[in-house]
Amino acid sequence: MTSSRTAFAAILAKDLRAELRTLQSLPAMALFAVTAFVIFRFGLNRSHLAGSLAAGVLWATLLFAAVLGINRLFVAEREEGGFDAIRLAPIDRSVLFTAKVAALIVYLAALELIAVPIFALFFLSSAASLPPLILVLVLADIGLAATGTLISSMAVNSRARDLLVPLVLLPLVVPLMIAATAATEPLMLLGGVSYHRFGTWLIVLGLYDLIFALLGYAVFDFLLED
Amino acid sequence: MYGKGLRPLSIATVVAFAITLSLVFFYAPIEADQGFLQKIFYLHVPLAIVSLCGFIVGGIFAVLHLRRDDPRWDAYSYVSIHISVIYACGALITGSIWAKGSWGHWWVWNEPTLVSFLIVFLLYATYYPFRYAIEDRQRQARYASVFAITAGAFVPLNFLAVRMSASLVHPRVFATAEGGLPGSMMLVFLCAIVSMALLWTTLVKFELSAKSAQGQLKRLRRALDAPSGPPSSRIAPEVH
Repeated sequence: MTSSRTAFAAILAKDLRAELRTLQSLPAMALFAVTAFVIFRFGLNRSHLAGSLAAGVLWATLLFAAVLGINRLFVAEREEGGFDAIRLAPIDRSVLFTAKVAALIVYLAALELIAVPIFALFFLSSAASLPPLILVLVLADIGLAATGTLISSMAVNSRARDLLVPLVLLPLVVPLMIAATAATEPLMLLGGVSYHRFGTWLIVLGLYDLIFALLGYAVFDFLLED
Repeated sequence: MYGKGLRPLSIATVVAFAITLSLVFFYAPIEADQGFLQKIFYLHVPLAIVSLCGFIVGGIFAVLHLRRDDPRWDAYSYVSIHISVIYACGALITGSIWAKGSWGHWWVWNEPTLVSFLIVFLLYATYYPFRYAIEDRQRQARYASVFAITAGAFVPLNFLAVRMSASLVHPRVFATAEGGLPGSMMLVFLCAIVSMALLWTTLVKFELSAKSAQGQLKRLRRALDAPSGPPSSRIAPEVH
């Protein structure tokens, strides 16, 4: 078990270090999110958003920004032979899955750390909805990272890598997005923060996370065989 | 090898359909609210149910493929999903016609069953580009199986999320579908489901035998074109 844990820590540290040194994904994701907010500002022609519109704009932007990072998640593994190294290493292969999910969660958290305050600054009249929003963000990130890692690991070995991730991932995360927007919507109402059915939607998010995390963990082994 | 039992199965399907259709048109009572239009129910609902079950069955075959590592199960899984996607297309179209007739709109967004079915259909529609974007045969089969399992788990979860999101309770035409369907309608409906499932099985078997025949033909052609051996072997193909 210790060897799994050290392997997990090593892969995660490798990913984060590589990202910090190359800055391949994160700046692009953050820049994309901010640009998308600006586009929404003019596309909807509103300077303030509330309720379902605010939730929709926030989650659509975060999802598409996340797709950028998910696309690149396994590129280094494929191009630099990381997959072969993992296959050769005497470790449980599912460790690669958990480490990649963890790395993706870190990316998403960093993205949200930048994008959500900017969103609040651009569109929201008060910051009162942000503290409870953290809970929704965390749960949605876990689900997005689990499905994203699974799809990304498959897409990276195909001909149409950049095409497949959005194509397959988007329908797969529709339930996640439904739950996340439904939980976010009452937080951003004009009249102030409301917790209407907040707990129920958090449970749905948690259920989604659990199912896809377990599923990804169970099937990931088969994706690395060769 | 897949053709075994195909003929009795096809005959059974034809007979079942003949019985079901005659029951639908001559036996089932005309519904009081919707009149004749309601008869599309016997086509639409079985299509939808059988296609959803087919997606799950495809996922189960995919699990078997990953566990046993036998390409046959991958073929089963692929063909199950393929036929189910066609069924889902039919269910969407018939559902749209029915919705136009009874609700006055081709599409209704706050009817959770419609929306969740559409999402499932969209997900499975990506199965083809996904599968054929992977060149290596074995890897393609493995990845497609992983997709089929993931999507199979996704089907119930998606229905849960979409159903919960519909805050308005739309008047369900078939709120009675579970409980209060009159006996004669229920009988016809069960007949329709059985014949749809039979048709599904027949189509799956047909597609499988067609695929295996195609594969055999390709193998024979390749053996025929192979430059090895004396030229006379080209005229008299002795391929085993």
